[in-house]
Amino acid sequence: MNKYVFIVGGGVAGAEAASQLLKLGFNVTLAEKESQVGGKLNQWDRLFPSKRKSTEVARFLAEGLSGNNFRLLLNTDILNIERTNGGFSISSGTAKFQADAVLIATGYDVFDARIKEEYGYGIYENVITSVELEARFKEGGKIFTPKGQEPKRIGFVHCVGSRDEKVGNHYCSQVCCVTAVKQAMEVKEVLPRSEVFCFYMDLRMFGLQFEDLYREAQEKWGVNFIRGRVSEAAENIDGSILIKVEDTLAGRPLKMKVDLLVLMVGFVPSAGTQNIGKILNLEFTPEKFLKPSDEHIDTYSTNQKGVFIAGTCKAPKTITDTFADARAAVLKIKQYLEEDVPGK
Amino acid sequence: MIIEGKKTVWSQYQKNIADDHYFYIRSCIRQNLWPGSETAFLRIIRDELRKDVIEDANHTTCTGIGYHTDVVPIETTMTVVARLFALMTERGYENMITSCITSFGVITEILETWHEFPETEARTREFLKKATGRKFKVPHNLAHASDIIYKFRKEIKEKGTRSLVNANTGEKLRVVEHIGCHYSKMFPHKGIGGAEFPYVLIGMIEDWGGEVIDYPERRHCCGFGFRQYLVKANRGFSIACTKKKFESMEQFKPDFIITNCPGCNYFLDRWQYVISEMEGKTYSENNDGIPILTYEEVAGLVMGYDPWDLGMQMHQVGVEPLLDKMGVDYDPKKKYLDKNGNSMGSPEKPNVLNFCC
Amino acid sequence: MFQESKPKIPEWGYGINKDRQIDFDRNDRRLAEYIRKYEPSYKLCISCGACTATCTTANLTDFYNIRRLNVFLMRGEIDEINKHIDKCMFCGKCELVCPRGVNTRKVILIMKEGIKKIKQNEQL
Repeated sequence: MNKYVFIVGGGVAGAEAASQLLKLGFNVTLAEKESQVGGKLNQWDRLFPSKRKSTEVARFLAEGLSGNNFRLLLNTDILNIERTNGGFSISSGTAKFQADAVLIATGYDVFDARIKEEYGYGIYENVITSVELEARFKEGGKIFTPKGQEPKRIGFVHCVGSRDEKVGNHYCSQVCCVTAVKQAMEVKEVLPRSEVFCFYMDLRMFGLQFEDLYREAQEKWGVNFIRGRVSEAAENIDGSILIKVEDTLAGRPLKMKVDLLVLMVGFVPSAGTQNIGKILNLEFTPEKFLKPSDEHIDTYSTNQKGVFIAGTCKAPKTITDTFADARAAVLKIKQYLEEDVPGK
Repeated sequence: MIIEGKKTVWSQYQKNIADDHYFYIRSCIRQNLWPGSETAFLRIIRDELRKDVIEDANHTTCTGIGYHTDVVPIETTMTVVARLFALMTERGYENMITSCITSFGVITEILETWHEFPETEARTREFLKKATGRKFKVPHNLAHASDIIYKFRKEIKEKGTRSLVNANTGEKLRVVEHIGCHYSKMFPHKGIGGAEFPYVLIGMIEDWGGEVIDYPERRHCCGFGFRQYLVKANRGFSIACTKKKFESMEQFKPDFIITNCPGCNYFLDRWQYVISEMEGKTYSENNDGIPILTYEEVAGLVMGYDPWDLGMQMHQVGVEPLLDKMGVDYDPKKKYLDKNGNSMGSPEKPNVLNFCC
Repeated sequence: MFQESKPKIPEWGYGINKDRQIDFDRNDRRLAEYIRKYEPSYKLCISCGACTATCTTANLTDFYNIRRLNVFLMRGEIDEINKHIDKCMFCGKCELVCPRGVNTRKVILIMKEGIKKIKQNEQL
């Protein structure tokens, strides 16, 4: 079978799709703009719900990417994709590639928390994002504030950049609630005497074991949950952050001082996703993610024949769901490539 | 504090301020409480910077205070403001500047309403024609008087003789800046620096040698708000707002507070007296209180004017400790003398706040 | 130059409104820790409100709301609890419906115990 598939984006979706396509006997070229595959997975320390190490999953991803039919292009940006007699011509600026089908797996970016001026990210040192906190977990050892002090109180703000009219993102980013609960427990693990607070609007614990995580956070680790959206964060003279939130369950406004404020930033479609979508004239959803052909029965095809999408470039997803999504896309691609259509 | 983060925010909220040929709308209550402020503004802009500023003797209140107390309906306010525009158009000007921050807020709100709902503008034109026979053109540029001082702050610095530094220690004076709510909270893009981190007063203080303090209740309203203040029984709400701000800024030990709204100035100044009488508490060392200055008074001090010409004897919280800190030479004996050297009378001494003679 | 005589304090006609915010840093949260220690199931509360929905007292008296009292307890607002906690009849319906398995009756019993100790300045 001499069919070529070109995959744009070497994150979880792209790499897993590549693995499965290779197993099915196709030729695969995988282009990734960073210097390693795995995408955002490489930034996470431990994954929900079981808190297993992300490196185990990353290793699994890399195992399938080998063989003579596989070509890996790292540090490569895709500048243009055009149709050429039944297939596609993809150019990266330094080289051109031919393919019979294209899979877009360009993924997501995290929301730029500087846009929420009222939280003071980028202005007050002790306000960090969940991505930065995860990087600290990866480094290991205790968590310190940017100035090197041990925080006695840590606050997690849910829904930063998601479910927010003011920044234009109405949708829920799905995974931030369970990530906040996971990170709250991880903070308590390294700083057992600290107090940890999660400020939420709703707690979206949709997965099978997620409610158990919530229960464990309350029961075993003593994480406090305050239902209310943080309205503003300001700095005290000692650098600690004073936040104002309504304790909606008590019906009264509340103010408290935290030493470290962690913003749970949501998903936005990545710059690569938006770019590729424009190059290929793909349809976008109102939220600016890539739009699949059908919301139930075919979320892998697009309005462009031969162009397929997988992973978080179409909607926020957990890693488990991204794996499933990539494999399903592979099946769709296989069916497309084995179709006997004259003059294709 | 990462200052680069703030600078990024400030750069996103810049606005166009006209260069010259201003039509000045005065404030209803300002001249009673802060005499000399508007005069100082005109002196700086007209005499020192040689700009063309006029005002019309026929101009009235903008009725912002009535609108915000539900006493005047919005249609009336729109018509009165339209009459101010008409006065401006008749004199051949198109740049309007207001002294009061509520005027600025009301006029901005009206202009935005007319922009989004053109039928309201048409209706206002009709009302004005029926009531007074005047016609008007919408101003080309609307700015608040503090925007103008902000725009020319570097020129004021060059012409000025004083700096906002402690004359004895050489350290920068620590300044709290307070912006009137109507400046940018409703329409963040109409204020320099936006709503979260307004820059108009920070720019002035920093260029004039001072240091600005960021404190947790920076955004909090002073409590003036018109409607709650006018009824005496509601004033507990207003004073609690100001008290909250003071409690929050106390830890930073500011030298003075600068504001650009007449109501805020009034409250921050007078409520310190009331809080000191009610609870015995002041927010500075040795019961001096924190002096509140309008931006024109600060500009005037930087320019080298005499504090008593700026009307600073009318402040409830005495400004002498600050003037001594800055090394301003003034004659304390002339405080309550008028231009001819006759006594103007003097106030009663408060129980708690220090008051110099 | 000055009139040195002390002025009469005027009848102000208003006071200074009390701050309604729950000042988390200043509140006394010992009672919550006491309950967490002696009835650990208290930690499981998710404030779903099923207890208040079925509560006999909530249905028929003013303000008694066990879900909200529990939240006040967690935040250290002891005054609110003092005012209302004696209304509980210990009928036990709240415990029957709690989806998380909180032993609400015991929590209220220990709350009352703790409040008495605080009032008598005893160690919690």
